[in-house]
Amino acid sequence: MLWNTVLLASREIRRNVLRSVLTILGIVIGVSAVIIMVTIGGGATVQVKQQIASMGSNLLMINPGKRLGPGQSTGNIPFKRSDAEAIASDIGSLSAVAATSSQSCKAVFGNQNWSTQVTGSDNPYFTVTNRSIKAGRQFTESEARSGAAVCIIGETVVNKLFGSQDAIGEKIRLNGTSSSSTTSTGSSGSNSSSSTSKDSSDTTSGSGTTSSKLSCEVIGILEAKGQSTMGTDQDDIVVIPLNTYQRRIAGSQDVGFIQVSVQEGVPTEKVQQDIWRLLRVRRHLSPSDDDNFNVMDMKEIVNMLTGTTQLLTALLSAVAAVSLLVGGIGIMNIMLVSVTERTREIGIRLAIGALEREVLMQFLVEAVVLSSFGGLIGIVLALAGSAWLAGMLRVPFVFNAGIVVVAFLFSATVGVIFGYFPALKAARLDPIEALRHE
Amino acid sequence: MTSNVNNPLIELQGLTKEYGTGQAVMHALRGIDLRIGEGEFVAVMGPSGSGKSTCMNILGCLDTATAGAYRFKEVEVNRLSRAQRTLLRRFYIGFVFQDYNLLNRTSAMENVELPLIYRGVSARERRTRAFNALETVGLKGWETHTPGELSGGQQQRVAIARAIVTKPAILFADEPTGNLDTARSREIMELLTGLNGEQGVTIVMVTHEPDMAAYANRIVLFRDGLVESDK
Repeated sequence: MLWNTVLLASREIRRNVLRSVLTILGIVIGVSAVIIMVTIGGGATVQVKQQIASMGSNLLMINPGKRLGPGQSTGNIPFKRSDAEAIASDIGSLSAVAATSSQSCKAVFGNQNWSTQVTGSDNPYFTVTNRSIKAGRQFTESEARSGAAVCIIGETVVNKLFGSQDAIGEKIRLNGTSSSSTTSTGSSGSNSSSSTSKDSSDTTSGSGTTSSKLSCEVIGILEAKGQSTMGTDQDDIVVIPLNTYQRRIAGSQDVGFIQVSVQEGVPTEKVQQDIWRLLRVRRHLSPSDDDNFNVMDMKEIVNMLTGTTQLLTALLSAVAAVSLLVGGIGIMNIMLVSVTERTREIGIRLAIGALEREVLMQFLVEAVVLSSFGGLIGIVLALAGSAWLAGMLRVPFVFNAGIVVVAFLFSATVGVIFGYFPALKAARLDPIEALRHE
Repeated sequence: MTSNVNNPLIELQGLTKEYGTGQAVMHALRGIDLRIGEGEFVAVMGPSGSGKSTCMNILGCLDTATAGAYRFKEVEVNRLSRAQRTLLRRFYIGFVFQDYNLLNRTSAMENVELPLIYRGVSARERRTRAFNALETVGLKGWETHTPGELSGGQQQRVAIARAIVTKPAILFADEPTGNLDTARSREIMELLTGLNGEQGVTIVMVTHEPDMAAYANRIVLFRDGLVESDK
């Protein structure tokens, strides 16, 4: 009995290839769209979280100026190295304090040149930014103190200047040109050419704005870090000791910003308060004065970014739900269009002695077979497609079993409902009426 | 030329069929009395709207009567449920329709096999019987052709093969030659006559063509929902 039903159903599927293919297609599209979108969205979220983790979530960023964010006005009093030293000695529970300045700069090796970001800082910089040296070494104590002409460069710079050549031990020339103490937050504005600012630098008032050239030896290469959450290339960087930077590039004792890494398990809010209090004293602010610096917890940025990606995922899911719906409507259309033909078929079957429930079982089996077959193809396609897309978009591939199940069940349900219910209506007709159906 | 009158296969008493209700009621059958014995070949004639097709559908258990008695093999059909009537069709009745009613895109073989599948006949026996039935109607070698690849006459032969493959107690043919030219019609009629004569299949055929009715050995004439003549 069951075997016969399966036989009848499979014969009908085979005979109506086009109808079967279209039904399957509707389900395939619905299922794969949902799975791909949710998987990619999930991958993006995970990627953001990974980047945040690599950034160091217990990081405090101290900038001169009142407000958060990059592009502070230059009217604020810059920090000095001593501020960083004071923080390191007076505040407990810190694992590293890095005083950092950076500006864009042209790096030259042989006949290759590349506009990059030159960062002046010492070894704690690698700790607070969670970076490690892939090849070579960190700065030595004496190099940092004496302001030696040495540098540690990022992957991008290596590729642009040296190609496949070994960079360690080679000398590159840095043409620093613009005014000092550009306090960008560690990200690079790499491709902004420095050649135009060379002219403007002469007219800029203020401290140490001469064009400077520095030839320095590559002593280390940074582990690649990829794009930052903001979309900038974190490997487009040249790090030199802070003293070297101040004397040879910037020509001033100013420090752009201070990064502080808080020890694991210590609440950053407390440390943030302590630093704030210390700096207010050091900067001679009376209680009525506004802050002229800010201490920013990276957690705030983390929360903001996580919120954004979650919103994005929700948006993608909404789009996916729509495509699932469209796929469902496609299935519905195919099923309803074939109702006339199928009603006659049902009439014939009833007339030659098929019971109502036998006809219905056959239609149910057909719908289930087509829907689950389409669903399985959709899942396979979606997993292959999202693995490929994840590779293209450089986001991790995150398998989400929940959405696979939901997409499959939804499509299968739509397929079964629209395959079964028109048949239910037809099978209840008198055979004569079903046969006459136009 | 009625035979086996003692135990008629079909017996109708005062059968009526009404469509609609109240003022708009339409009396398709006004009280039919009819007995059909085993082995008969009955032609049912009459003008359009005389009730012959309605009567045929009731006889074939595709439709139900409003009132009156219908006994098939001494079973009161009016008292049967829908499913029981279906089983009656499955095991005792074969149909041939004017427009063939074959499954599209389905080979002649599979069309003929269909009633056997519902009877639960094994695959091997199904093939043999379908093959033989197609041979009987002269379609040996056409087993794999679909209705679209067959002429009208051939399609009707497939339909007849499908009707007789179950060895039914009775074969109902509703205008079986209605869509065919004269030569094809004669072939079909000779086939039906042969089935009746050689295999003893009881046949009830509705037609409005006297030429075709002449093949039968009994002609029942309907008019306005009543039997006008029976000879």
